[in-house]
Amino acid sequence: MSEILLQIDGREVRAKAGMTVLEAAQRAGIAIPTLCHHEKLEPYGGCRLCTVEAEVRGWTKLVAACCYPVESDLVVRTRSEKVDRIRRMILELLMAHAPDAFALQDLAKEYGADRDRFEKEASFCIHCGLCVRYCAEVKKANAVGFIDRGTRREICFVPEIAAKECWQCKECFPLCPTEALQAAYVLTEALNLKNRPLSSK
Amino acid sequence: MPRINSPEDLEKVRQEILAARDPGRPCISICAGTGCLASGAGEVIAAFKAEIEKQDLQAEVNTRETGCPGFCERGPVVVIYPEEICYLQVRPEDVPEIVSAVKEKKVVERLVYVDPATGEKAILEADIPFYKHQVRNLIGSNIRIDPKRIEDYLAIGGYSALARVLFRMSAGEVLSEVKKSNLRGRGGGGFPTGRKWEESRNAPDPIKYVIVNADEGDPGAFMDRALLEGNPHSTLEGLTIGAYAVGAREGYIYVRQEYPLAVENVIIAIKQAEERGLLGKDILGSGFDFTVKVHKGAGAFVCGESSALMTALEGRAGEPRPKYIHTAVKGVWDHPSVLNNVETWANVPLIINKGAGWFMQFGTERSKGTKIFSLVGKITNTGLVEVPMGIALRDVIYKIGGGIPGGKRFKAVQTGGPSGGCIPESLLDLEVGFDELSRAGSMMGSGGMIVMDEDTCMVDVARYFLNFLTDESCGKCVPCREGIRQMLKLLDNIVKGKGKEGDIELLEALSETAIDASLCALGKTAPNPFLSTLKYFREEYEAHIRQKRCPALSCKELIAYHIEPEKCRACMICAKQCPVNAIAGGKNLIHVIDQEKCTKCGTCFEVCPARFGAVRKLSGEPVPAPIPEDARAVSRKGKET
Repeated sequence: MSEILLQIDGREVRAKAGMTVLEAAQRAGIAIPTLCHHEKLEPYGGCRLCTVEAEVRGWTKLVAACCYPVESDLVVRTRSEKVDRIRRMILELLMAHAPDAFALQDLAKEYGADRDRFEKEASFCIHCGLCVRYCAEVKKANAVGFIDRGTRREICFVPEIAAKECWQCKECFPLCPTEALQAAYVLTEALNLKNRPLSSK
Repeated sequence: MPRINSPEDLEKVRQEILAARDPGRPCISICAGTGCLASGAGEVIAAFKAEIEKQDLQAEVNTRETGCPGFCERGPVVVIYPEEICYLQVRPEDVPEIVSAVKEKKVVERLVYVDPATGEKAILEADIPFYKHQVRNLIGSNIRIDPKRIEDYLAIGGYSALARVLFRMSAGEVLSEVKKSNLRGRGGGGFPTGRKWEESRNAPDPIKYVIVNADEGDPGAFMDRALLEGNPHSTLEGLTIGAYAVGAREGYIYVRQEYPLAVENVIIAIKQAEERGLLGKDILGSGFDFTVKVHKGAGAFVCGESSALMTALEGRAGEPRPKYIHTAVKGVWDHPSVLNNVETWANVPLIINKGAGWFMQFGTERSKGTKIFSLVGKITNTGLVEVPMGIALRDVIYKIGGGIPGGKRFKAVQTGGPSGGCIPESLLDLEVGFDELSRAGSMMGSGGMIVMDEDTCMVDVARYFLNFLTDESCGKCVPCREGIRQMLKLLDNIVKGKGKEGDIELLEALSETAIDASLCALGKTAPNPFLSTLKYFREEYEAHIRQKRCPALSCKELIAYHIEPEKCRACMICAKQCPVNAIAGGKNLIHVIDQEKCTKCGTCFEVCPARFGAVRKLSGEPVPAPIPEDARAVSRKGKET
């Protein structure tokens, strides 16, 4: 793999061809916030919190660091007035759904996001897709997926698969950036276990 | 059907088809496109067949069911060849008269076009103003062929461009001709087609694909539909030429399931082309192999976006993916994939046959050729129009479109679909071109043109498109899913009179995030309907927010209907038709609307006789108190007694 030299926040950073800007930054110890990224999963580009400024041959554009491939002479700025403004807005939009999620609260503090800017529509899920993708890509089980689209999009367990796979796995629960129990709740609902004690096997 | 094995063979077959036809023999062409079928062309076609049989004219008169000629407003459209006499709004009961006229070489005067402004008749298709100002390089063939018969396409020189390419041009020469023509993608972005092809061709991966994007989904747009329904072979020919140029052996047509006739016609076309040796193995005996499959879309607007379309083609949920590496290099199943829309592909055979120089004579410096638009909304001549790039919007709307019906005033034209914007009257002289429209805050898009008159509220227009996009967003990325959801909420509030100071600024901030941070073009362009209406009609937003007034008198929650007592003649028409019985008053009693009961359906406004004009719409002002009951008697002085 050929080595690529790029610049992130004024520092020279070495990266391998095929790496993303996020990977290169993480290796160099430069933090870029993410919500939908996971090192074991394919880049997704859903939350857009990792948006950074990328300058190529004098042209500056805003790109998602988790998906953008490194190239030589790339100049990356992980913070700028514009980048911060976008991250703040993304956090505010998400806090309409999950105002008490710790991950969001910490980031909100850093970016000065107002958790009450938008009317609450508490649904807990911020559609990062970590559970869905982890189940598909790592566990190859496809027990949980997205249904519907746009603002009606929801995660949903497939009862037939979930009944067989989920109780001995539950690896998606801790991945959830908002509320681990949400996954458990949806799962329980999907399996319709209301009338059965959860502790029994 | 015998296979065609060489260019000479192709020419021979063409000559045979032509020789079997008598050019002087009358042919009745009936549009069997979706628009005309909806207005009853099916019955008209059946009537023609029956009538010709009845008059025993099968040996003397031909009929042909063709694609859409564009004048949907006046469908079903019938054209009589060889004279090209055009009959409009033909009904089954008109058929015997037309058939007799054809036999006697006469014209049925009452069915020809009459200019509503001058009263002048236009007998020939070419003389109708709607057609006269068009340059119909692409769509002009629609009425000349039956899309279900490959012979018709061969007869007008079909597949001769493919023969030329396969036997007389190298792939590089084809590519350079297309590059030279400056053809830009007709699907929305306007990316130079030749450059896209070149990128794919130069990609090292030997497995490449060419794809037709027929997932046209903009509200009110039906350009690609008409081309694919009316002339599917031209798209197939263009696609095959593209495959040869980039080195693809497989192609796909991604067509919306909601276009059943397009699906049917393109499947028939593929089958016929394969039987004739114009698709499949060893095309025309050249050794070049190319197969095409049809993939039916499942009804998602976002699948018109290239990466979402390709994800859907792979059999997964149609969601966009990052395109930091172009799909031309890494597309379907990660192989280089050239995606162009129907209209772009259909231009290719013309460029090859007539040359890049011919193509470049139409258009502006940076936008070459012709473009098909679907002209809809508050316009006299609804339909498909093909015009040279660079034509002024005013000419499209007034010369071709015939202006605004009902004596109303033009307000704006929305171009580019939900990603586009509204262009106001002050910019009507704007030249139609990719960059010109973008600079005005709109875009070419795939060619939708929605005309709006003075009764259209621009805030409501923005709300309509945001509502559409909220519904059609795939939901993958936050700036689009959440951002336009919040934008829609704000706009919903504004049109309901619940807007607040600061809403415009918040909408602008949400727009910035959507434009800069969304994953795909749907989100990046979603704020355009809002931004362009704000740019040109800011005062309408402010009136809604500050004065709770809708200047166009359109937003239901901000208007009231009022009967002016001095004009009301107590005719009872409105009172009888009010669906909620909100109008009090009887014979000789001035009518009064109960504002509590009124649902603002507007029926009273529409039915009040024009000579009275007593019903008025109000906005931003209090409704006058109803006149006292004892003062409601109407005096009818001088009328009777």
